[in-house]
Amino acid sequence: MTQPIIDLRDVQKFYGDYHALRGITATIGQGEFFSLLGPSGCGKTTLLRTIAGFEDLSSGTVLIGGQDMARVPANQRPTNMVFQSYAIFPHLSVAQNVGFGLRRAGLDKATLAARVEEALEMVGLSGYGKRSAHALSGGQRQRVALARALILKPKVLLLDEPLSALDKKLREQMQVELIRLQRLVGITFILVTHDQEEALVMSDRIAVMFDGQIAQLDDPETLYRRPKTHRVADFIGMMNFLPARILSEDGERATLEISGLGRTEFDLGTCPTATAGPDGTAVGLRPETLTLLFDGQTATGRQVIGTVEEVVYYGDMTYYDIRLPDGDQVVRVSMRNLFGRPVLEIGAPARLSWDPGALVLFR
Amino acid sequence: MRSEGANGLALVSPAALYAILLLAVPLCVIFAFSFWTQDYLTIDRTWTLKNYTEAFTEPLYGELLRRSILISGSVTLVTVVLAFPIAYFVSFYVAPERKSLWIFLITIPFWTSYLIRVFLWKVILGFNGVINTSLQGLGIIDEPLTFILYNANAVVITLAHAFAPFAILPIFVALEKIDRSLIEASLDLGENRVTTFLRVTLPLAMPGVVAAVLIVFIPTIGDYVTPRLVGGPDGLMIANMIQTQFLKLNNAPMGATLAIIAMASVTVIALAFVGLNRRFLRGPK
Repeated sequence: MTQPIIDLRDVQKFYGDYHALRGITATIGQGEFFSLLGPSGCGKTTLLRTIAGFEDLSSGTVLIGGQDMARVPANQRPTNMVFQSYAIFPHLSVAQNVGFGLRRAGLDKATLAARVEEALEMVGLSGYGKRSAHALSGGQRQRVALARALILKPKVLLLDEPLSALDKKLREQMQVELIRLQRLVGITFILVTHDQEEALVMSDRIAVMFDGQIAQLDDPETLYRRPKTHRVADFIGMMNFLPARILSEDGERATLEISGLGRTEFDLGTCPTATAGPDGTAVGLRPETLTLLFDGQTATGRQVIGTVEEVVYYGDMTYYDIRLPDGDQVVRVSMRNLFGRPVLEIGAPARLSWDPGALVLFR
Repeated sequence: MRSEGANGLALVSPAALYAILLLAVPLCVIFAFSFWTQDYLTIDRTWTLKNYTEAFTEPLYGELLRRSILISGSVTLVTVVLAFPIAYFVSFYVAPERKSLWIFLITIPFWTSYLIRVFLWKVILGFNGVINTSLQGLGIIDEPLTFILYNANAVVITLAHAFAPFAILPIFVALEKIDRSLIEASLDLGENRVTTFLRVTLPLAMPGVVAAVLIVFIPTIGDYVTPRLVGGPDGLMIANMIQTQFLKLNNAPMGATLAIIAMASVTVIALAFVGLNRRFLRGPK
């Protein structure tokens, strides 16, 4: 991580009896794209709002650029926010919206207009200044909100679920756009989202939050590959959980009995281990680490024969739910639809190849 | 089977009939009357502009109309200025689940008859009324205050009280409609609470303010009960003169003429405010 810009120390927030933030400690670096990810009600928006200055802390400290923000109101913090609703002023034009925060800078008309146009150009809306805020589409409102925040050159840009109101295609386009913008301006972005895919695509680091606490703070790859708890693994991406029993264990190596996949040797040293969920010891396998074998292919790892239970066709991918030989467990397998490869039918036998090296152990 | 147009006509006809009989017809009659003249006991139905000439040359009528506009203008100003903070408080500081209770409480004084409330103001404002005896009792004044009853001030106070909820409600609704994240956005962009109010809250509440202005101004200009009861000679308004023309001077055509002129004045002022409202509703071009 680079130079720290935001330092959260044991941040607590109560709403009456409700403990919304239960001791958040984290450091966010200069120029970092940081995401707060979690299900609704996990406290991620509350945390963003405490950084912005809209919520008072019950206890703890928020430092921005080394300065304690305890007595600094929202309008004096070096942060700007893009609201979930975009909060575009309906009584002002696009240019007046974008230039709203510059009134205090006391610029003359020509400079102000130039700055506004520059900001609009940055978000791809040059020439839109004279339009009424009513006449904008969702994506354009979002861009105006971005320009309005970035024109003030904040140290930190806070984004509260900015993409949740857009349709899928526009959302993916804006994800790329936001990454480009963040590289362009080089400031810290803090994104609140409940969409794990969005967080994985955009972030340098992600803090996964549950129940007012950070469950895991890591870069996307570590988060995906080495989740620390069952709950994080379940929340990030898709994961097949199979109940398992540890038969023997000596230091580095263990022997596991995995429901549906049978007995296997397990290298405790290299394989990620995480805290188990309420159902006890289990192994996790991502759908893409499992492979269905078609005619003539041989297994690269271990092999079992199951039955196709469900087929979900996605165009580029097909998801298969495969019932494992013991009859109790069903795993989901994702397969790329390569040219000429048939799609299996429900009820057909399926040869499933799996790699013990791709397991995550939950214990 | 009847056509769609016939169905539509059948649907609107009760309302249309009602509107024509009770609104359009009386209005046309008044309009016609204003061009006729009173000939002792009968109405002379020859068309003439004589009434209008008299209305515009006789200074008393002009003075009464001016005073009416001034009084209801003051009533409107006082009512809206006092209503805004109340509406603002209920909208921004009362917990959401208590808001309807507050609005309900605001309307309670208006469960009593309008006339009784006017009489109560006489009791409060009178020479030996609540205000004077209290202030004298406290030793703040030696002589009873006389500028609070039987003049224009008394009319303004009484009417401002009577129309308060009509001003509070539209302003409250306009404030309720403001997305609270707009206010946060303004704070986030560096404005403080006062400048946020001036740059965001007030402009967005303007449609409600304009509605309140219209709702208070239009009926008060034609009020004749309050000026008659608490206005004294200096507090009489154009509607009192219209009433006098119809009922005392037996000059219905003159009364009709004054009514038409008063209505025209209200229309012009109201249209100006509607235009203002349009501008706020539409936003910038």
